[in-house]
Amino acid sequence: MTSSAAHLRDRVLAGDRRAVARAITVLERGGEDAVTLHAALHPHAGRALRLGVTGPPGAGKSTLVDRLARELHGDFPRIAVLAVDPSSPVTQGALLGDRIRMGALQELPGVFVRSMASRGVLGGLAPAALEVLDCLDAAGFDLLLVETVGVGQSELEVAFAADLTLLVSAPGAGDGIQALKAGLLEMADMVCVNKSDLGGAESVRNDLLAAFELSSNGPDGSPAIVLVSARTGEGVDELASLVTNLSGEQDFRIRFKERRGRAARRRIVSGLQLEAGREAGVILGNTPELVAAVVDGRMTPRDASHEVFRRILKGET
Amino acid sequence: MKNAFPPIRVLVAKPGLDGHDRGAKVVAAALRDAGMEVIYTGLRQTPEMIVRTALDEDVDAIGLSIHSGAHMVLFRKVMALLREEGMQDVLLTGGGIIPDDDAKALAKEGVGRLFGPGAPLAELVEYIREEVEARRTASQKKES
Repeated sequence: MTSSAAHLRDRVLAGDRRAVARAITVLERGGEDAVTLHAALHPHAGRALRLGVTGPPGAGKSTLVDRLARELHGDFPRIAVLAVDPSSPVTQGALLGDRIRMGALQELPGVFVRSMASRGVLGGLAPAALEVLDCLDAAGFDLLLVETVGVGQSELEVAFAADLTLLVSAPGAGDGIQALKAGLLEMADMVCVNKSDLGGAESVRNDLLAAFELSSNGPDGSPAIVLVSARTGEGVDELASLVTNLSGEQDFRIRFKERRGRAARRRIVSGLQLEAGREAGVILGNTPELVAAVVDGRMTPRDASHEVFRRILKGET
Repeated sequence: MKNAFPPIRVLVAKPGLDGHDRGAKVVAAALRDAGMEVIYTGLRQTPEMIVRTALDEDVDAIGLSIHSGAHMVLFRKVMALLREEGMQDVLLTGGGIIPDDDAKALAKEGVGRLFGPGAPLAELVEYIREEVEARRTASQKKES
């Protein structure tokens, strides 16, 4: 590690705001610097509670994050919010507008808000989101709130990044069958129906309750459903106590051990996929006949994969 | 994989009390379409809020849109706060209804080019890209 990297690490560990902001940029840029910095910060992570907030576009996630974080500020004095918005697949540009709804939150001491563009990654998060969460954790924040991009039914990555996942829904998002579909609903620890000050929130709750009754977990194993209005603040206190109760006050490290194991396994496997993918690229570059064999139909893609894997294991490129 | 030139991050903010945010939105959209990551904070931001946001977001540039006539006070205040935080390498630029003489005076104090009504968006995009590239290269040299 270079001395400037060690210096950055020390400042992050000391909770220096500017250093944290710069470290996130380094992690987002990727490459060797990011790998080194993450390796230096990772041993110091693992203390913060990680709360994922997800839901369809326009459900009111940002406004709710603002309210909820303010409500939780008493129990968690240092809060970091990571808000992900989509990048354009055409230009790579992004308009990151989640902060517009978080004006009041940003006024509080000990609160750090960072916007991240999804930079082409599907699943609701950004490519470096997990590393950035480790960084914020190492910097001593007590609570990490991760807001995903507006998601559909199959963007579940946040459930693997967080200790607790809150699904935000709102009236007008479809009938009871939508709630029965597989995916997000199964991964949520808490569900809230936002915009309860508008009509229709009750009926969304009833649809959700009906869906949970039919699920094999049964109604007892199902997440709590809370009606809230992020606009007026109604119900947000109830949601906040739910978070505090579920996190078991401060023993969430033990409570979520199994879940963190699941998340760690996933990170190991996806790292392996990346590395193996890179190796495979090199091998295929050196053996065009393997690719040709698949194109000509002499070999199935699966057999070719096996051959590449065999070579990786043997260290042949 | 390392990105040779990572996306430019720009904060587009509207300080002060005037509510004319159309210009800011048009600029934000143009920068986004040019491949930049634009943090848009909405109306009525104080200089303190703007600099705090710029710090958290580690932006390369800040664009202020001001139509209230308070540009001298606001640009100077933001510039002073940036210096206080040691963030002089962040480009401070912007636009609105700003007389040439005022723009010249601010330029002497370290504020970047200011764009008036009718300025082509492409020019603004190009200006920010060139300035940020130059500043990034300079700070890399400083570090190594």
